[in-house]
Amino acid sequence: MTTTHTMGSTARVLAPGDPGWPPLLTEAAHQRPVERLWVIGRDPASLGPCVAIVGARNCTMYGITFAKRLASDLARLGVCVVSGLARGIDAAAHEGALRAGGTTIAVLAGGVDKPYPMASRRLYEEISAHGAIISEKPPGESARKHHFPIRNQIIAALSWSVVVVQGELKGEGKRSGSLYTANAAADFGRTIFGVPGDVNSIVSEGPHQLIRDGADICTSAEDVLDDLEHRLGYRLGVIAEDSPLPEGLEPDERAVMEAVSRSPARAEQLAAAAGIDLVRAMRVLSGLELEGCVAREGGGVFRRAR
Amino acid sequence: MIAKASSVALVGMDGHPVDVEVAVASGLPVFTIVGLPDPSIQEARERVRSAITASRETWPMQRVTVNLSPAHLRKTGSAFDLAMALGVLVATGTIEQRRLEGLCLLGELSLDGTVRGVRGVLPATVAAAGEGARAVVVPRVNAREAALVSAVEVLPVEHLTQAVGFLRGTVRVDPYDGPVASAEEISADDDLSDVRGQAQAKRALEVAAAGGHNLLMVGSPGAGKTMLARRLAGILPPMSEAEAFEVTRIYSVAGLLPSDRPLVTRRPFRAPHHSGSMTGLIGGGSGVPHPGEASLAHRGVLFLDEFAEFRREALDALRQPLEDGCVTIVRSRWAVTYPARFQLIAASNPCACGHRDDGRKPCVCSSVRRSSYMERLEGPVIDRIDLQVPVARLSKEDLFGVPEGDSTAIVAERVAEARARQRARLRNSPATCNAELPPKNLEEAIGLQPRGRAIIEQAVEKHALSARGAHRILRVARTVADLEGRDVVTHEHVGEALQFRVAEARE
Repeated sequence: MTTTHTMGSTARVLAPGDPGWPPLLTEAAHQRPVERLWVIGRDPASLGPCVAIVGARNCTMYGITFAKRLASDLARLGVCVVSGLARGIDAAAHEGALRAGGTTIAVLAGGVDKPYPMASRRLYEEISAHGAIISEKPPGESARKHHFPIRNQIIAALSWSVVVVQGELKGEGKRSGSLYTANAAADFGRTIFGVPGDVNSIVSEGPHQLIRDGADICTSAEDVLDDLEHRLGYRLGVIAEDSPLPEGLEPDERAVMEAVSRSPARAEQLAAAAGIDLVRAMRVLSGLELEGCVAREGGGVFRRAR
Repeated sequence: MIAKASSVALVGMDGHPVDVEVAVASGLPVFTIVGLPDPSIQEARERVRSAITASRETWPMQRVTVNLSPAHLRKTGSAFDLAMALGVLVATGTIEQRRLEGLCLLGELSLDGTVRGVRGVLPATVAAAGEGARAVVVPRVNAREAALVSAVEVLPVEHLTQAVGFLRGTVRVDPYDGPVASAEEISADDDLSDVRGQAQAKRALEVAAAGGHNLLMVGSPGAGKTMLARRLAGILPPMSEAEAFEVTRIYSVAGLLPSDRPLVTRRPFRAPHHSGSMTGLIGGGSGVPHPGEASLAHRGVLFLDEFAEFRREALDALRQPLEDGCVTIVRSRWAVTYPARFQLIAASNPCACGHRDDGRKPCVCSSVRRSSYMERLEGPVIDRIDLQVPVARLSKEDLFGVPEGDSTAIVAERVAEARARQRARLRNSPATCNAELPPKNLEEAIGLQPRGRAIIEQAVEKHALSARGAHRILRVARTVADLEGRDVVTHEHVGEALQFRVAEARE
């Protein structure tokens, strides 16, 4: 085993047959041989069964929220969330897993010592502490355009199933990275999930097409879990319900909490759903925000904090 | 013989009396103007000569010298034409000097002797009245504007011959006694109830109007930010007579008064484009500086759409009007001050492509581009903004079944009541509205209750608010309480104000 010191983190190399080598890579080796993997962080094999959650960099709030939630729910049951560290859906998936105290693997297109993109630097540090950063390329190598499809094959090969949250459906010959990952996963015999979205949204066209082509539908962690348990042959557990509403809420607070638990929304939408006027809703939301029951995101959208 | 006529020079918003002295003496027939005239006045020579000839009067074949006094004051514009022409005729002895006594003469001449309208007649008339003038002779198109000053008689003229005849006693010129100004109705097409949905943004407008707070709206293109901003002027309390007069003076100086409706009674709404120059925004230009958009929005609304796209220097220059309510433009010879007390509405996209948090279209900005866009919002202007509200783009489906909100009239009534409460509370303070409350002893000044204090302390902790950020929230909370008719500020009011908090520098 060779090690090399770069940027303070230790990158080490794994070869097939090493104890830390991901078992599913061995299984897919006849289709996609991988000679070695560079790793920062923990051994991939020690992180639990893997599920990939991937999607477009340019995504919507809905996609981010869903990806985070899905990743949290799966990570809490010991599933390791695999993704590509790109901004958008990928970052949300890693983030969700880490927030739930779970594990996650980021597969990079370039060397493991080069956090790419730079904006995910903080996430990169966290993953190297709690999960693993892996790459087929040696440290020092920069990510090039043609490295990304190769990286996506690794993501697919590592995972039992691949969930495509959002992705544009591009023309013939041009396809989005996440759809490429889905196709690679199909070649390896993995389960593919598409997340349904707004029919008007171009970023939901990709997963919709996958579903049309026979991918499974994923509307919650349960869909992924059912398939995963079936493949693994053992139970992982039960998806935790939303934690119950805090005690001692006033009626308006309860109504707003129930509305925000149904779906993240803006103050005026929550007011309408809770049947109270906007001014009252804003006051209630501030209280709930300070109590840590809800969180306000960009565009004034509230979601339930968990 | 030496003749003397009176006129007025404008420096910024103020009129300064000017004596126009004319000497006709033997010598070569040249026409010179002295007394710090700028090039635009030198051109008056040709107009005055031609107008006199066209009026069938005789141009003296002698040396004509015009002196504009006081000589240290730089004069500009064409309003001295009439005084010069009549001065020449007095100097040649065709009009008696005593006829000009107590008269102030304003007007530009065209080559055929027609008297043309000029800018700044209102402040000029005010200055003439202050100097004890009995009457002002003004171009007919400016008569209604001049008549706003009731202390002097307004004599409208259309042609030089008419003015000459009047001074010789052969033509009657009746003092203007027509309508002065008619109050305008708020046009019905800008009603608040026309904006469907956007309840939170409308509430923000109401709070902004009630407390005089500046407002930042953040939302995707097409969300309706401009439509909302337009409606702020309508819910502000109507201008007092004194305020209307102030605004009218600015518009008079800028030459923007329509001749049929000379008194500006509606609060102005100005929306300068972000590509415009700093001069256009703040005022300035060659010669006597012109009032800029900041002054044209005096007592009204200045709307800066695409706020992040404005030039840094232009935004930095807004610091003075936001702080002092006026703009001072310094030139080598003088400094001009224009009033500029406006309410600011800034609007911005959430990112460079405009689709961040849109929910419909994906945002295509890199995170570096996003944060550099948000950084552009930082600066002295944002520091003066108390309220921020997200404006979501709504589709037809979103509006299905959404009730129509309150009309402008109803909201304006609530705003007026809240303002009245503030005036009563602030009668012994230099502040006139909640937005102007000083940070010192703010919690006591607004009557913050213990539970309200607990909430703000909790928020400072949780949302990492700066001291300035906390003060903004408290001012807004005071306004919310005023809208509710409460003397104290409770945790409920602070809670609502927290939802309008201005985003501070992000991670």
